[in-house]
Amino acid sequence: MVDLSVQIGDLSLKNPIMPASGTFSEDLATVFDLNMLGALVTKTITRGLRQGNPTPRVCEVSGSMLNSIGIPSKGVGHFITNMVPFYQAYNSPLVVSISGNTADEFARLCEEISVPGVAAIEVNISCPNIEEDGKAFAMRPASTLDVMRKLRAATDLPLWAKLTPNTGETSDVARAAEEGGADALVVSNTMLSMSIDVQSRKPRLGNLMGGLSGPSLKPISLRMAYQCAKAVDIPVIGCGGISTIDDVLEYLIAGASAVQVGTATFIHPTVMVQIIGELEAYLAQHNMASVRELIGSVRDEEAADTVVFMEAAP
Amino acid sequence: MTAAVLHVTPDSVPANERVFESECLVKSNIPVNNDYRLLILDAPAEILNCTPGQFFHIQCPVRGGHQPYLRRPMSIYGYFPEKGELQFLYKIAGEGTAALAELKTGESLNVVGPLGQGFHIAQDWQNLLLLARGVGLATLAPLALEAQRLGKKLTAICSARSPELLMSIDYFRDLGAEIITVTDSEGTSDLAHLQGVIEGLIAGPGIDAFYTCGSNRLLKLLQEMGAKHNIPGEIALEQQMACGLGMCQCCVRSFRAESGIVHKRVCKEGPVFDLQEAMGW
Ligand SMILES: Cc1cc2nc3c(=O)[nH]c(=O)nc-3n(C[C@H](O)[C@H](O)[C@H](O)COP(=O)(O)OP(=O)(O)OC[C@H]3O[C@@H](n4cnc5c(N)ncnc54)[C@H](O)[C@@H]3O)c2cc1C
Ligand SMILES: Cc1cc2nc3c(=O)[nH]c(=O)nc-3n(C[C@H](O)[C@H](O)[C@H](O)COP(=O)(O)O)c2cc1C
Ligand code: FES
Repeated sequence: MVDLSVQIGDLSLKNPIMPASGTFSEDLATVFDLNMLGALVTKTITRGLRQGNPTPRVCEVSGSMLNSIGIPSKGVGHFITNMVPFYQAYNSPLVVSISGNTADEFARLCEEISVPGVAAIEVNISCPNIEEDGKAFAMRPASTLDVMRKLRAATDLPLWAKLTPNTGETSDVARAAEEGGADALVVSNTMLSMSIDVQSRKPRLGNLMGGLSGPSLKPISLRMAYQCAKAVDIPVIGCGGISTIDDVLEYLIAGASAVQVGTATFIHPTVMVQIIGELEAYLAQHNMASVRELIGSVRDEEAADTVVFMEAAP
Repeated sequence: MTAAVLHVTPDSVPANERVFESECLVKSNIPVNNDYRLLILDAPAEILNCTPGQFFHIQCPVRGGHQPYLRRPMSIYGYFPEKGELQFLYKIAGEGTAALAELKTGESLNVVGPLGQGFHIAQDWQNLLLLARGVGLATLAPLALEAQRLGKKLTAICSARSPELLMSIDYFRDLGAEIITVTDSEGTSDLAHLQGVIEGLIAGPGIDAFYTCGSNRLLKLLQEMGAKHNIPGEIALEQQMACGLGMCQCCVRSFRAESGIVHKRVCKEGPVFDLQEAMGW
């Protein structure tokens, strides 16, 4: 028997595979038993009601996709009354993703959502901060530190900070999140992108721009996961473009302690179940007793020292 | 390879809510006329517990320069658990459906479903009217089968650009439906003419419910007539989809509700909606 369990701060996960926020909901329970997953990560909610962005909200771009769903939300009350009880039927820990327009509103929601049944809070600090010209909190170290401190003060639950690829300061932002009190980093969210229909000359998304996810994002978020794992002592959860067991191995070897699978579930709703089986088989085949042996096993050797200079173009 | 479900759904999920990801084998995939093709799959029995109006989310192959990434939603045209057969009627619209058209007999196709909420037929409804144009027939065809099974009387008004493009007429006729055809080329498909035909049916045998899909024009016409004569109805709607399962919220449309205008997911709350709730686009 191989051991698939991993530790994310105080939280033990039975395996390192979990869904990414916004690509999972209770609806997946009609397909397979959610208890198979390492954790259950919900779509980001906001305190109040929100409609989300105009349609079309998704489009394809060469083997990947863009989305501009936005954050339609039924509010915190609805979540606590309806969703928390639903997930209590499962033994995989519930991780609730939240966001806010300002650091204070964010912190208030963080406090309100700290209820029994919630195992950890993923703070989507990749969302726009309206006090900073709409720039995402996690684009800069200072706004990251500020919001993380407020969030830390608002809850005793584990806090996972979800970073954005739309920054040139990955390592500094990662350190700021750690200093601000994050228990883990989720690396990363989607990358701001665009697509135009040349026939109609119209942008393909109703919101003009949207986030790139799927296989094309992987080299970028893998690079970030690697940088973050080097920069901080808290666990890193890799996310971006994972659709196969090899993608998972790559993130773990780069230093991630667990991974989130997003868009791939749209293509194959059972992909996470399949990957868990394949991970177990891989470890058995390579005579590894625990998946933890893989984490951070990248053979970067002396070259690792130069990583700090790689923030801009190589 | 044989057709197979790729995983086990939990027992806790009621049988009619289970969704399967399965590999199916292509039995045939041939044109029925210049615009439309019929795809017949050999499908595992589990996935054929369907309701008319539901759909599958199809992974079109990567083929001949076509690289569809997301799945494509397709209404169930026919489902036959006894034969282990699942059918789709489709039109080549772009990259994904063009790739689908290249699938050959014996090849495998990955489908997810059955998905969404289908049509309802109330027990006391006897005379059903189905109004369909173009590929909308694909969505409404299994309703005709269900109506026959339940012993309901069905009238189908089939609309198309020209008589050659009228599809499924024999299919409907074999199921005992009365067929009325209207076409653009014969000048019989305009709203005024359609309205006259429907008024005639209401005054004659009577109509207990309307079923339609797809067209904004037909939606408005049936909404007006439904409101005027107090006849309920349902419409199947389309919207671009990513997950097809209710998770991503990309497929929302606006609907009238008591509380005002609300967003609903076409893949989950739909694709079949109450006729009067639906809003034109
Ligand atoms: C519930 C439902 C049932 C459907 N049933 C049928 C059917 O039985 N037969 C049939 O021929 N067509 C049906 N359609 C429409 C069919 O899904 C589209 O024609 C198909 O997705 C087009 O893909 P494409 O790659 O060929 O076209 P492209 O234009 O290249 O597609 C680009 C993107 O837009 C999406 N898209 C384009 N047109 C539509 C549309 N009308 N509805 C939803 N998404 C669209 C595609 O899925 C894809 O993501 C149905 C749609 C829905 C929502
Ligand atoms: C449709 C869609 C909706 C998303 N919604 C959210 C969200 O609400 N909150 C969030 O933190 N990330 C959201 N994401 C980002 C994913 O969680 C993930 O970070 C990203 O898609 C990269 O992973 P992937 O390539 O495996 O999809 C969304 C992604 C998609 C495709
Ligand atoms: S397509 Fe994802 S919610 Fe409908």
